[in-house]
Amino acid sequence: MKQRIKNEGYCLGIESTADDFSVGIVSFNGEILANIISAYVPPEGGIHPREAARHHAEVADAVLKEAFEKAGIKPQDLMVVAFAQGPGLGPCLRTGATVARALASYLRVPLVGVNHCVAHIEIGKLKTGAKDPLTLYVSGGNTIVSAFNSGRYRVFGETLDIALGNCLDVFAREAGLRPKPGEPLGALVEKLAAKAKIFIPLPYTVKGMDLSFSGLLTAAVSLLKSGKYHVEDICYSLQETAFAMVTEVTERALAHTEKREVLLTGGVAANRRLQEMVECIAKEHEARFCAVPSAFAIDNGAMIAWTGTLAFNHGLTTPIEESYVKLRWRLEEVEVPWVGRMTQ
Amino acid sequence: MGRTYDAVNLKLIKKGAEAWIYLAEWHGREVVIKRRLPKSYRIPELDEQIRIHRTIREPQLMHEAKKAGVPTPTIYFVDVKEATIIMERVEGEQVKLLLDLIPDEEKLKICYEIGMLIGKLHRNGIIHGDLTTSNMIQNLYGKIFFIDFGLGEKTHEVEARGVDLHLMRRALNSSHFSYAKECFDAIIKGYSNVLGDAAAGEVMEKIKEIERRGRYVTERKSKNQA
Ligand SMILES: Nc1ncnc2c1ncn2[C@@H]1O[C@H](COP(=O)(O)OP(=O)(O)OP(=O)(O)O)[C@@H](O)[C@H]1O
Ligand SMILES: [Mg+2]
Repeated sequence: MKQRIKNEGYCLGIESTADDFSVGIVSFNGEILANIISAYVPPEGGIHPREAARHHAEVADAVLKEAFEKAGIKPQDLMVVAFAQGPGLGPCLRTGATVARALASYLRVPLVGVNHCVAHIEIGKLKTGAKDPLTLYVSGGNTIVSAFNSGRYRVFGETLDIALGNCLDVFAREAGLRPKPGEPLGALVEKLAAKAKIFIPLPYTVKGMDLSFSGLLTAAVSLLKSGKYHVEDICYSLQETAFAMVTEVTERALAHTEKREVLLTGGVAANRRLQEMVECIAKEHEARFCAVPSAFAIDNGAMIAWTGTLAFNHGLTTPIEESYVKLRWRLEEVEVPWVGRMTQ
Repeated sequence: MGRTYDAVNLKLIKKGAEAWIYLAEWHGREVVIKRRLPKSYRIPELDEQIRIHRTIREPQLMHEAKKAGVPTPTIYFVDVKEATIIMERVEGEQVKLLLDLIPDEEKLKICYEIGMLIGKLHRNGIIHGDLTTSNMIQNLYGKIFFIDFGLGEKTHEVEARGVDLHLMRRALNSSHFSYAKECFDAIIKGYSNVLGDAAAGEVMEKIKEIERRGRYVTERKSKNQA
């Protein structure tokens, strides 16, 4: 194994928890040298785990090559290889893990398994300068309100059924919206919502700090099927209702934790209307509003690489025999010893 | 605040996430005035719908809870349009603060009591909707009062009971993590005592299922997907 000299060398991170395969390369002081994302676009409908995994396996070499070129470094310059170990879709996770293991053992550098949810929070902190935020993490697979306390990111609220991003995506597909390559479905809903004229009441389901989007989605889809409403108005009503729900629980958690920063991260963080709503409650509680930049809002390898450096600096590595993927690895199960040190 | 309904000596005691809470004197009584303020992040149509709905539901459920043997503040006055409720002031200590101050043995006793109260609610088809230790107050005589029923509902469904208890556990884990497990176990003991082992066991299974629902597991597929 190589000896690492402080702040020298690089970490490569592989993200493959769902429909994106991505490789990021970062330096130990947080400079992002490359962040290449290859999205799997299903011909029809949602993600098929096996087909997405096949896509990942097919593009892996090209994406790695492009990342090294972009970063202007050689594989031998790597100090550590990080990969998203979970949570996510089994076949997709395993493809990324296989690539990571192969690369690490070929280069004879340590491997670090990173929790995907932790990575979304860490990249948000890195990119916005937030130190100890209350985080609203909203994506296609997760909807989590969390904050650091005593060694871990504690979960204050989360969805009881589907994720916010999934709710928007399924609705968009039901409405027959077709995105241009690289354009998220949620962005189409946002565009249409901007042209709406009326608000149609929909089920609003908040339970404590937890949320449920399933009934909301069903109701929105049946409005669509009824043919009585303009799709713009349904998009608008769906967004307003769903975003008000997540904003409400975020505000409750903010009042409860009294954090001084609010971080919005995950794919849905790119939505302007959601940003506006969360910024509004941040202001009201005199907290700084931090939204992760769009390029790092979606699933990306840079966030895995960056979190890999944090873990590695604390001596946390993952022996090959413990590098099996964890499909349901929960955020609050992960010890994050680097956080305490950074906030002190 | 807007209208004060002849209340005097108003003192703002808490700017909560959704409501402002005042202490006041009202016709010779010490009262709490709870007012749900408009939220500028949501559109007015939705804002009004939510505030009105909760202002109607909260006193209804508090009243039903009292009938079920669960102490709640007595409701004196409700102004739906202004989303304002005037209720009895419960003098005492928030359970959230209290738990940190008392010895373990007493913690468990209180949690057992809380479990019995939740059991009484559920047995009578009342779901609290926001079970946290900050929504419980121990009065000067040691009685535990439940407050903040705005997110509650009326149902006997196991799913709703499971979610209610899951929220309780979540609240313990995030605010009292060093002794959360013991406290939750005591709550379940009290709960089983009231509902019976069979019904309580069914709810426990449900909680496990709810907490297993993780990423992608319940992802919904679009119909037009192969
Ligand atoms: N009847 C009462 N008697 C005494 N104190 C009360 C009473 N009602 C509320 N309080 C106090 O005010 C706080 C907030 O009340 P409540 O939970 O009803 O409002 P809320 O805005 O929903 O608060 P949160 O958002 O923090 O849950 C309680 O935690 C309690 O300390
Ligand atoms: Mg409350």
